[in-house]
Amino acid sequence: MLWLTCPNCGRRPVEEFVFGGEVRAESDPILEPDEQDIDLVWMFDNPDGLTTERWFHVAGCGRWTTIRRDTSIDVEVS
Amino acid sequence: MSVPVDSLPPIRWPDRPRSSYDVVIVGGGGHGLSTAYYLATRHQLTNVAVLEADYIVSGNTGRNTTIIRANYGLPEAIRFYQHSLEMYRDLEQEIGAAILHQTRGIVWTAHTETAMRTERARCLVNTACGARTVMISPAELKDVVPQIDLAGGGRYPVLGASHHLDGATARHDRVAWGYAAGASQRGVDILQHTPVTGLVHAGDRVAGVQTPGGPIAAGVVLSAVGGRVTALAAHAGVRLPIRTHPLHAFVTNNYAQELGSIVASTELVCYVSQTERGQMLIGAEFDAQPSYSRQSSFSALRAYAYKMTKLLPFLRELRILRSWAGICDISTDFSPIMGETGVDGFLVTTGWGTWGFKAIPAGGEAMAELIATGRAPALIEPFRLDRFARDHLVADHGSAGTR
Repeated sequence: MLWLTCPNCGRRPVEEFVFGGEVRAESDPILEPDEQDIDLVWMFDNPDGLTTERWFHVAGCGRWTTIRRDTSIDVEVS
Repeated sequence: MSVPVDSLPPIRWPDRPRSSYDVVIVGGGGHGLSTAYYLATRHQLTNVAVLEADYIVSGNTGRNTTIIRANYGLPEAIRFYQHSLEMYRDLEQEIGAAILHQTRGIVWTAHTETAMRTERARCLVNTACGARTVMISPAELKDVVPQIDLAGGGRYPVLGASHHLDGATARHDRVAWGYAAGASQRGVDILQHTPVTGLVHAGDRVAGVQTPGGPIAAGVVLSAVGGRVTALAAHAGVRLPIRTHPLHAFVTNNYAQELGSIVASTELVCYVSQTERGQMLIGAEFDAQPSYSRQSSFSALRAYAYKMTKLLPFLRELRILRSWAGICDISTDFSPIMGETGVDGFLVTTGWGTWGFKAIPAGGEAMAELIATGRAPALIEPFRLDRFARDHLVADHGSAGTR
């Protein structure tokens, strides 16, 4: 089972968190071409390996944190 | 009519691939093999290879909970899955192999007024689109499934249920092996342990696949990959609205009585059916976080067991024999993605998430027609990849049986 490190509450089980998606570069909806907006809204990198994600500690301190995770084995990495 | 179990014709295993095929299908699961079968039988296209990285049916086709149903919430989805459900009924005659198909019906229990409204709407739209689903009261539910606890363990009282009369199960590996044998006998090459490491490009189009044994040229490459489709599509420069999440399942030891119907709950998001051997087969929602880990976890089993024992208390007396996980491609709108990708020579059938097994016959038939004629049949037209860019989603999250 996946355990995640919350900066306020320490190492906690994944059930306490809400997954917020991978961290992606913000695009400018006015200046960027439509294709880039469509990509940002719908498409995912869905990497098999290291990724950086946002997680919300809903059953804990109620704050967002950024976590590095290896998706091929589903563990947090520092 | 049922076909004897040992009637499966042998599969021909070529030593090495030819240097060129009309069609190369990546992924030797149900969808890849059924597409190859229908290419050979309906369209006389036999210069076809199915490349499987591991052994055939080693992915989600061999890991799912084998439920066949059409009780979706949108007309496009109901028509597609109803067609597939009807194809499953005649599949033993079609492929000449026993698939242990059993029509049992599915009850989807509702535990809140909101869920009751959803299920009533489901019954109406199902009826309008040709799927047989009716609303039943708790007392009628008790007749269908005498083992059910209508109080839901005091926590999930059952207010009613939708009863999908044509819900069925079939033996997953028999289905895929039947398609494989039928395709193989007509000349399709099925190559196991042949991973695709990249694609061959010719100008803007895809013209083949790269394998550790060298490139294989192809007129059309179809990705029927489950789990690692994002990486394959990236070789073609195609981005997909897919995240890959593990889903766990388990079976218990033998239950001596019969469970009259497949039992699922929209509220609890879990489902249980009885296998041919009498074991109880239980699955539930996929992991919240995407990952490619096929490690089954104790916490998932505990969570599933907690929910299902509330509805079916007799499960407490049983023991978990085996558990496993598969990695599911979940699309953004919880519907499959079939058809062209915008890159010539590269097609996908993906996003099969937790609803792929039931679609194996219709999905394969439709993809074969698209490859052979160049035109997508109307049945799968709503499931094009470009629906996301056009904002024409087939958003049917509530019918996925997961979340």
